[in-house]
Amino acid sequence: MPGENHPILETKDLNIAYGTLEAVRHINLSIPEKSITAIIGPSGCGKSTLLRAFNRMNEFIASVRTTGMVRFREQNIYETSVDVVSLRRAIGMVFQKPNPFPKTIFKNVAWGPRINGYPGSLQQRVEEALKKAALWDEVSDKLDQDGLSLSGGQQQRLCIARTIAMEPEVILMDEPCSALDPISTRRIEDLLFELKQRYTIVIVTHNMQQAARVSDHTAFMYQGELIEYGPTELIFTRPKVKQTEDYVTGKFG
Amino acid sequence: MTAVTQPSLKGRWRFGEILIQTGLFLCAIVSVLTTLGIIWVLLSESFIFFREISPLAFFTGLKWAPLFEPRHFGVLPLISGTLLITLGAAIIALPLGTFAAVFLSEYSDRKTRQILKPILEILAGIPTVVYGYFALTFVTPLLQKLYPEIEVFNAASAAIVVGIMILPTVASLSDDAMRAVPGSLRYAGYALGSTKYDVSFRVVLPSALSGIVASFVLALSRAIGETMAVTLAAGATPKLTLNFFESIQTMTAYIVQVSLGDTPAGTIEYQTIFAVGLTLFVITLLMNFLAQKLLARFRERYD
Repeated sequence: MPGENHPILETKDLNIAYGTLEAVRHINLSIPEKSITAIIGPSGCGKSTLLRAFNRMNEFIASVRTTGMVRFREQNIYETSVDVVSLRRAIGMVFQKPNPFPKTIFKNVAWGPRINGYPGSLQQRVEEALKKAALWDEVSDKLDQDGLSLSGGQQQRLCIARTIAMEPEVILMDEPCSALDPISTRRIEDLLFELKQRYTIVIVTHNMQQAARVSDHTAFMYQGELIEYGPTELIFTRPKVKQTEDYVTGKFG
Repeated sequence: MTAVTQPSLKGRWRFGEILIQTGLFLCAIVSVLTTLGIIWVLLSESFIFFREISPLAFFTGLKWAPLFEPRHFGVLPLISGTLLITLGAAIIALPLGTFAAVFLSEYSDRKTRQILKPILEILAGIPTVVYGYFALTFVTPLLQKLYPEIEVFNAASAAIVVGIMILPTVASLSDDAMRAVPGSLRYAGYALGSTKYDVSFRVVLPSALSGIVASFVLALSRAIGETMAVTLAAGATPKLTLNFFESIQTMTAYIVQVSLGDTPAGTIEYQTIFAVGLTLFVITLLMNFLAQKLLARFRERYD
């Protein structure tokens, strides 16, 4: 089991199928707290499906069937007694394409605290979240502008700020930089190092350099199966499995 | 030996193509010309009216009695009658239609929606005269049981059926607007630990607002122009009132009354229907224009 920290998320024989298509098969994975775990693999390998299993976002797909177990702090999140709304407040998500609400920057970030009935100062909470997301300096004088008026990279950091403002424990990121230019990508990668001091981050990426740069642990998936999982350094320099080596050296993918 | 003829690349008159193009153009121009003709008739006939009655007296007068002595040509009672019906219909159709749209778009599953939406749209296909006697023979007696003092012809029962009549427009168009809101916004909401209520009413509904308001404007424009039900149920008493229990007269009902009555053509009484018709036309035209603007703004945002 990699990592010195406690596992915060764990899967046990996790299977996810869309109708007859088995997108994710027999996944056993444990994700350590306050670190960055990258999930890599070619398109269609099931990495996004696996990510969405952690906050039960697969449930919006009509024909999906999930079996096995996903544990968040020892609790199986697929048990019927689990309140999915509270679960998603603890496990936030940033999507591939920035999706700010068509509301002001302030209202976007204040959304989480507001629906949670946060008793403190929203103003302060919003400012903190924007600072943590490294966006404050660019937007502090225009909080009442529409979130959609920002650039793509700024919108994505706004979405990260919106997630941070909920004070989740885990942040899931589904290829958060794939729609961004290299400079915006770099800013978000820098931000990830800051964020892992406080949060557990699971990031899906098809950009291997990105996984190598930012993550502590890397999971390589292929055709729905977890092929190899370990410290990022080892996965990229001394992989144990041939398929992993072929993928990280660019022989396929 | 057979001669190989080169295919000619020179421009050729294809007679059939020209025929079809011209024919289609004529079909299109018919409706444009008809509309222009109607506008011309309205304007020129109203001009005759306004040569005798000043527009100021017409638009600010508080009494409408063009058919009896002493005559009064103040259109405000007719406008207020129309607006009273529209207001009543709005009170019924706007909230109900919006909530129905939220249900259809956000809460119902695919099967329920596939059954419900066509049924809702059938409501729009019921002839308006049927709504009219539905108001007279069902709604009014019902209201009379609740409030015995209500008049036989009253604004309330007409407003209720006009509300029911425009409900499908609101529900169906608002449903379309809400379904056009990208799924990514819903997922953003859910991923932030929002309940279905939060996502439906605080994310999707505000995001679709301009489309929903456009559906309101279109529906109300229909209520303003609605004729049959109000002619049958609301009465023929031009009155400046806010009391739903009284008989009133709308602009449309007045036009029906004069068109069907024995008012001689060419008299000033007869000309009133063109002035009233023009007023009605301008109001609904402005509202449709507003709805188009709102819809264009909505599409710009999400396309």
